[in-house]
Amino acid sequence: MATRLKTSAMIASIATAGQRTTAAPFGHTLVRLATERPEIVGLTADLAKYTDLHIFAAAHPDRFYQMGMAEQLLMGAAAGFAREGFMPFATTYGVFASRRAYDFVYMAIAEERLNVKLVCALPGLTTGYGPSHQATDDIAMFRAIPGLTIIDPCDALEIEQATEAIAAHDGPVYMRLLRGQVPRLLDDYGYTFELGRAQLLRDGGDVLFISSGLLTMRTLEVATALAADGVAAGVLHVPTIKPLDVETIAREAARGGRLVVAAENHSVVGGLGEAVGAALLGRGVTCAFRQIALPDAFLDAGALPTLHERYGISSSAIAARVKSWLA
Amino acid sequence: MAGVTAEPRLNMDVPLDPERLGAMVRQNRLDVTEMFMTAGNGHFGSCFSCTEIVTVLYFALLRLDPDRPDWADRDRFVFAKGHAAPTLYSALIRRGFFPAEWIEEYETKVGSRLMTHPSRRYQPGVDASTGALGHGLSVGVGMALAGRFDGRDYATYVLMGDGETNEGSVWEAAAAAAKFKLANLVGIIDRNRLSVDGWLADVMPMEPLGDKWRAFGWDVIEVDGHDIPALTEALRSKRGGEGPPTMVLADTLKGKGVSFMEDVRSWHADTVSAEQYALIRAELEAGA
Repeated sequence: MATRLKTSAMIASIATAGQRTTAAPFGHTLVRLATERPEIVGLTADLAKYTDLHIFAAAHPDRFYQMGMAEQLLMGAAAGFAREGFMPFATTYGVFASRRAYDFVYMAIAEERLNVKLVCALPGLTTGYGPSHQATDDIAMFRAIPGLTIIDPCDALEIEQATEAIAAHDGPVYMRLLRGQVPRLLDDYGYTFELGRAQLLRDGGDVLFISSGLLTMRTLEVATALAADGVAAGVLHVPTIKPLDVETIAREAARGGRLVVAAENHSVVGGLGEAVGAALLGRGVTCAFRQIALPDAFLDAGALPTLHERYGISSSAIAARVKSWLA
Repeated sequence: MAGVTAEPRLNMDVPLDPERLGAMVRQNRLDVTEMFMTAGNGHFGSCFSCTEIVTVLYFALLRLDPDRPDWADRDRFVFAKGHAAPTLYSALIRRGFFPAEWIEEYETKVGSRLMTHPSRRYQPGVDASTGALGHGLSVGVGMALAGRFDGRDYATYVLMGDGETNEGSVWEAAAAAAKFKLANLVGIIDRNRLSVDGWLADVMPMEPLGDKWRAFGWDVIEVDGHDIPALTEALRSKRGGEGPPTMVLADTLKGKGVSFMEDVRSWHADTVSAEQYALIRAELEAGA
């Protein structure tokens, strides 16, 4: 009898069985950073536990502020701290930071270029809880805010490095967070995160994936699978969605007449794919271009593997579509 | 321009006495009128209801240094009802943060430093960019928490409109200020009872506001918002320590100081004819 898949709980890991993982990379990195940087404070809207900020709260209780289920207050208070020279890390789920508190992020934080770091869990389709919790549109919304840096990290290594990098950056940042037991894979590629830089993780002459976040984990798997079928796929990882590394993207897309596939854990509307498409047209780069992204729809609830399959962001679904495009 | 004093800074000894505060209140309303005449229209009602509050803060209570707008120990003032910005601009001008000549560029030219709502990016002395109602008290909570963390004894003031308390975020901040025992935080509500679409009692009743704030754990002071000595007493901050935050409910009239504007809803924002302009100036100069 097949194992019955359960609805992925909020706390569930996105790691597959046997995958190497690191526990709470954001929480542990922030604890270490805060020891070196006394201006760091942590704020949350009753989601410390599910954003790994509880680790910071335990290590630095005097610098942790529990704001309750009140995301507008969370953003406003973070703005107040930042205005006084602090570096607040404010955590909640991506849906609440974007949909509920947008005006506060826009006016109270970004308009003044305040040094607030928003670190938000459940990006895209990383929970089976349905549209109320799935931040499938956060990047579309936040891309429209001038001067807001947007990071979509892929794995534990990148979360550790990006947390340090956004602390070193002076200005507002929105970072999508994978939490709990987070897969770790970029060590194998000799990778080091650099803010604002896209990096080629592997090369290939037939297909070029341009991907971010969780989907870079997938495109790397798909590239390996395609190689077995004689299809050479490269992966350009773009963890900084804004400002976009247009130069690297245009250079790689222009090279070799490959099928360019933008892949993201986000709605097809307003995310990495549209940004890449506009950047390529703007630079006069013409290429065969396709998007792997979540549909412009309210997604179903259910078990994550089933949902990833249904909405086309599982490795097998991506591989099948790429092969159909090449046929 | 008739209403603009030529010298950029008044040579003043703050705190001003009540009589000079009264003169500054008149100057403020005249400055605001000049800004609105430059622009062709403006939020007269909302500005004139809070003139005494802003004047008492800037000329009797706030610890400030116009030569150091970012002085770490200054008192903070979040002007949450940002649509009444000209009242704040006049206070900043007369207190010496920027020159009176800026009045002449109010809203009217590209690159103007005085726009419809206050912006920290353009105006020295402004502590928060506002205009989206319901943000200010949350920002004030963060500033007051930061001040305590830093061991500084500055006070944080947040001026809101009474209509603004329709915004749910105000009550998120109300709960937080009490939770964190922010005795260094003073909220002020310019209770003029009118908003854009009419009487607040009809638009969305919020009274009894005193009971609501007390129920949230705040000390509440109710005061005549046009009575300068009473306001001066009510707005004095407790500054340091842990304890209940303070909410000053200031009863005011929209359009205060100009007989045909007082308590008239249409003067929330409107245009002014040359004849009306002359009447406004005459009444203000007579010290109505």
